[in-house]
Amino acid sequence: MKVLVPVKRVIDYNVKVRVKADGSGVDLANVKMSMNPFDEIAVEEAIRLKEAGKADEIVAVSIGVKQSQETLRTALAMGADRAILVVAADDVHTDIEPLAVAKILAKIVEEEQPGLVLCGKQAIDNDMNATGQMVSALLGWSQATFASKLDIEGDAATVTREVDGGLQTIKVKMPAIVTVDLRLNEPRYASLPNIMKAKKKPMDEKTAADYGVDVSPRLEVVKTSEPAERAAGIKVGSVDELVAKLKEAGAV
Amino acid sequence: MAVLLLAEVNDGELALDATAKAVAAAKSLGDVTALCVGATAAAAAEAAAKIDGVSKVLCAEDAGLGHRLAEATAALIVSLAGDYEHIVAPATTDAKNILPRVAALLDVMVLTDVSGVVDGATFERPIYAGNAIQTVKSSDATKVISFRTSTFDAAGEQAAAPVETISATENPGLSEWVEDKVAASDRPELTSAGVVVSGGRGVGSEENFAMIEALADKLGAAVGASRAAVDSGFAPNDWQVGQTGKVVAPELYIAIGISGAIQHLAGMKDSKVIVAINKDEEAPIFQVADFGLVADLFDAVPELTEKLG
Repeated sequence: MKVLVPVKRVIDYNVKVRVKADGSGVDLANVKMSMNPFDEIAVEEAIRLKEAGKADEIVAVSIGVKQSQETLRTALAMGADRAILVVAADDVHTDIEPLAVAKILAKIVEEEQPGLVLCGKQAIDNDMNATGQMVSALLGWSQATFASKLDIEGDAATVTREVDGGLQTIKVKMPAIVTVDLRLNEPRYASLPNIMKAKKKPMDEKTAADYGVDVSPRLEVVKTSEPAERAAGIKVGSVDELVAKLKEAGAV
Repeated sequence: MAVLLLAEVNDGELALDATAKAVAAAKSLGDVTALCVGATAAAAAEAAAKIDGVSKVLCAEDAGLGHRLAEATAALIVSLAGDYEHIVAPATTDAKNILPRVAALLDVMVLTDVSGVVDGATFERPIYAGNAIQTVKSSDATKVISFRTSTFDAAGEQAAAPVETISATENPGLSEWVEDKVAASDRPELTSAGVVVSGGRGVGSEENFAMIEALADKLGAAVGASRAAVDSGFAPNDWQVGQTGKVVAPELYIAIGISGAIQHLAGMKDSKVIVAINKDEEAPIFQVADFGLVADLFDAVPELTEKLG
């Protein structure tokens, strides 16, 4: 079985986000970028499926600016076999919307015929939580979102999902789209020899036009602003003082 | 101008708070038709009909719509979509599962976790874990939206609106339910509780979480946890408060042994009063806390539990 893993280049999760003064967006110039953490978990899961003999090839895909090839190299260094880079934007500040990403991914799925698409449940930049579900819709495939456990047997996958009430386990027909949540696994670090080897692994470069997909946005960004600041409070010296303050504030 | 609102129905029961908050958010967009689906949904439909602002309820009962599986529910919504300009739901895990599928089938973008309505096409939503608020204007004919419930007040009650029974569409049969593991609890639901007591990595173990729960029970509060506490196995995943867990905005939020990582703050910083108890006085949680107590939580929490109430 071939596994397709879409990965997104996003601001590193440790970097403090700055809103540009003109309100046009978040400043991404000269900021450290990394693979979206949820996508790392998806890559890791694909590698574990391969190690368990349930997958034989892992194809990583990234759609965005040309620099996304760095993110793909990371996936290759972790253990993906080959990569497809789809250049769909020139400026790092251009975020390709999930609908357009899903359309390109659906075309790649038609070409590559994977048995499973494993993606992160959301990207930590736009926090949309949509791409996996949209790919699934476009392909008419089953979907299992927010996975914390994945078990593939034959033509079905049993997936435990993190939902509001606790955990839900469902069984989906393969081929399927699975979006991964935090507790599915802990991604490995790429070793230096593997980083070197990754440089020689194949990477195809395509454009959105190659797939005939229009990536123009449906949502126009009117403005981006800082969230309302919370005024700093006070420190209390004891539990008694805390209880008194809470009573004073009418909070208890 | 009409709105189709997917009500939150769990095992035949309406999640009133989440649904009523979404109704409040959607009211300004047009006449709200609530859709209740499930293996059983009639009781939920009766309850939804009494939410102020709901002009009609559609009730679809079918075994294939049970257990909130995305494919069947999305297919039903798409079959109804022609009559509506907005398709909305509270931003629960169910809606996050279903709505993007609906949007893609309609060839429109989805707007998730919307925190503000500017006009019928323009909405505010947090991005980067709430570190920025983006205002976006949709050019799509149908707007598919999930509303972040913590930023809207629940709609009140009204005389019941009419309920109409509709049939399910053909089930694509792509997935089947196996089991739910839902913790039974007498405590209030996390996202609608007036008081939330949360523990973090500093609590140290699953056993120690009993201390957090004791304080919560004293206050009639829901129990929350940071991602670090959930990842460490101290607390179940459905307690997680934060960017990727639940977003809460109670009257009182007590953070115990929580350092205050950005992704946790994203889930609770709209709370009215925030209390932080942490032994590290440099912890970022103190920057958002109204009342901060630098103390060993193993001393402070039992003392607080004793002295409150």
